[in-house]
Amino acid sequence: MTAAEVRTVPEQAPLVEMRGINVAFGGVHAVRDVTIDLHPGEVVGLVGGNGAGKSTLMRVLSGAHRADSGEIFINGDSISISNPRDAKANGIETIYQTLALADNLDAPANLFLGRELTNRWGSLDDDAMEDATRKVMGRLNPNFERFTMPVKSLSGGQRQAVAIARAVHFNARILIMDEPTAALGPAETAQVRNLVRQLKTEGIGIFLISHDIHDVYDLADRVSVMYHGRIVDTVSKQDVTTDEILGMIILGKKPGDVTQTELEALELRG
Amino acid sequence: MTDVAGTAPDQVAGQKGGRSIGDLIRATEIDLRLFGMVLALALILIGFGIATGGQFLEPVNLLTLSVQGASVAIIATGMVMVIVSRNIDLSVGSLVGVIGMTYAVLMADVFPKTIGVNQPIGWIIALAIGLGLGAFIGGFQGFIIAYIGVPSFVVTLGGLLGFRGVVWVLSGGTTVAPDDSTFVLIGGGPAGSLGGTMSWIVGIVICVAVVFLLWNSRRQKRKFGFPVRPMWAEVLLGTIGCLFVLGAVWVANSYLWPAGLASQFAKARGITEPPGGLQIQAGIPWPLMIVIGVAIAMTFLATRRRFGRNVFAYGGNPDAAELAGINTRWTIMKTFILMGILCAISAAIASARLNGGTLDLGQGYELYVIAAAVIGGTSFAGGIGTIPGAILGALVMQSLAYGLSFMGFNSPIQNIVVSIVLVVAVGLDSYNKRRGS
Repeated sequence: MTAAEVRTVPEQAPLVEMRGINVAFGGVHAVRDVTIDLHPGEVVGLVGGNGAGKSTLMRVLSGAHRADSGEIFINGDSISISNPRDAKANGIETIYQTLALADNLDAPANLFLGRELTNRWGSLDDDAMEDATRKVMGRLNPNFERFTMPVKSLSGGQRQAVAIARAVHFNARILIMDEPTAALGPAETAQVRNLVRQLKTEGIGIFLISHDIHDVYDLADRVSVMYHGRIVDTVSKQDVTTDEILGMIILGKKPGDVTQTELEALELRG
Repeated sequence: MTDVAGTAPDQVAGQKGGRSIGDLIRATEIDLRLFGMVLALALILIGFGIATGGQFLEPVNLLTLSVQGASVAIIATGMVMVIVSRNIDLSVGSLVGVIGMTYAVLMADVFPKTIGVNQPIGWIIALAIGLGLGAFIGGFQGFIIAYIGVPSFVVTLGGLLGFRGVVWVLSGGTTVAPDDSTFVLIGGGPAGSLGGTMSWIVGIVICVAVVFLLWNSRRQKRKFGFPVRPMWAEVLLGTIGCLFVLGAVWVANSYLWPAGLASQFAKARGITEPPGGLQIQAGIPWPLMIVIGVAIAMTFLATRRRFGRNVFAYGGNPDAAELAGINTRWTIMKTFILMGILCAISAAIASARLNGGTLDLGQGYELYVIAAAVIGGTSFAGGIGTIPGAILGALVMQSLAYGLSFMGFNSPIQNIVVSIVLVVAVGLDSYNKRRGS
């Protein structure tokens, strides 16, 4: 099965299409000729082992890293993303695995980092920013009250909520979530999953990077598996089992190409 | 909306029922660290006051001490921004030297041959050139640091050595004097002060501003329904602020012109001297006015402008700042441009006080400035620091040095004491932070 066959709405230009992306760090080819796409209201899970190139690929889309070659299309239009500002201007928001929060600043300052609200004299309008933060956090984490404390003093879940709020507040069309539940407890993980489903219904396209196969299997419509910088395959969730995805992650081959000996070796390992 | 906000203050004040001093201070939302520094400064001043039988606290001494601390305090406000964004500037002393010497060369050598001595616009041209030069040199160093990626320690260490050499080349190895007669007033002294009436006006304007700011912030917070301070805390803050400002003006105005100078002034103006000589109130010295202006402008820049927010964000997490789309390189370069401008302002005060340019003008400033910022709570880990803290830090150091010299201790002893205070202040701070977290 090829990627083209599993597109849910093939007649419509995808929300995002990354075509022929290559990224190399010195001699290491982190991303090799990767093509991937995403439709509105769709969650595409991006899975793979450590160093498979998932995060690097997404860093290209979010403007944190420049691709050596390849093209990016949004709604069929070729665009160039050379820094995070370009990405944000195209409605691409990213929740980084590290959260990318300035620990010394409070939640409103982090939410509006780089996009601060100003009054008519060009000065920061902290009250308006706090007000907006209260509103968006009220949706994500209704019990959150520490709006004037440095985010350093917040819990893991609260920090995650701030990072998510930042992406949600600016009306993202495309959301990249890099390991959004890695640092969270069960209740908070459930909250994030609900949020992903909610955003999906709002028509936002989501790239979900995760180590957790079950997380991805639960939320994603399609799953792209990466192995050593290449896309092994992109499959619709209903066509595969979690074990088959796991096999693709570990062996770097499509389920049909796996030999019996490899499968036995895998079972011995797992 | 107003009802909701109206109940908030009581909730804040009434927390936990009992009111310890800690709770009271918390209700005023005063930065405890700054409060501690003000206390320390007061203790130092009172301590020297007692040790010298009250002489130390005479207006003339308080004014001299504040004027002496002005140059360091001004640069320290910029050093806060530089250190907050994880850099350092070791070149400030030499930069003050270069710009101070530029002022002197312009006014003592260049202007007499071109526009003439003591022309009304002479000092303005000199000051404009100095400020431009400061911005340019600061920007040049900032460019190398931000865009080429050479560590700021190395670039500004080069500046420290190199610019001091430039001072010698500029001056031909000698002191260059005198400055323009109007320019000299920037350095303070009886003539370089605002005078009694103007000082009261300035004091009242500042009081009105304090009250307005408190009121405006409360109004804004109410508009959004955020918790506000209890009313008594607002009144207390406003009262303390105004009393302090007016008290400072009163101290400045109680310093009268020395008899000799006053009688010279009377003769020059053709005023008949009353018996006992002319009584002229000196008022706030210009250097102090400049420090106040710089402190307000820098606090505004650091806390109310996007630039300041970006500097603090970068210091807290450089990657996050970059990923948030902040133009981090330009932000860093701007901190150094700002630093150069502040050095030019500081150089004007320092060279005006000397009425000329000396070869060692600004020597050692880098260490005092960094010490002031660090005593004032600026962290080398980045992302933490305040402008008022740095100014208080400069005042604490200057008070110690001046007090010790007043009591007859020479400068090596002063250095020893200041160095101990520096390490103890930072040590206490780290201890508190560790205990707190």
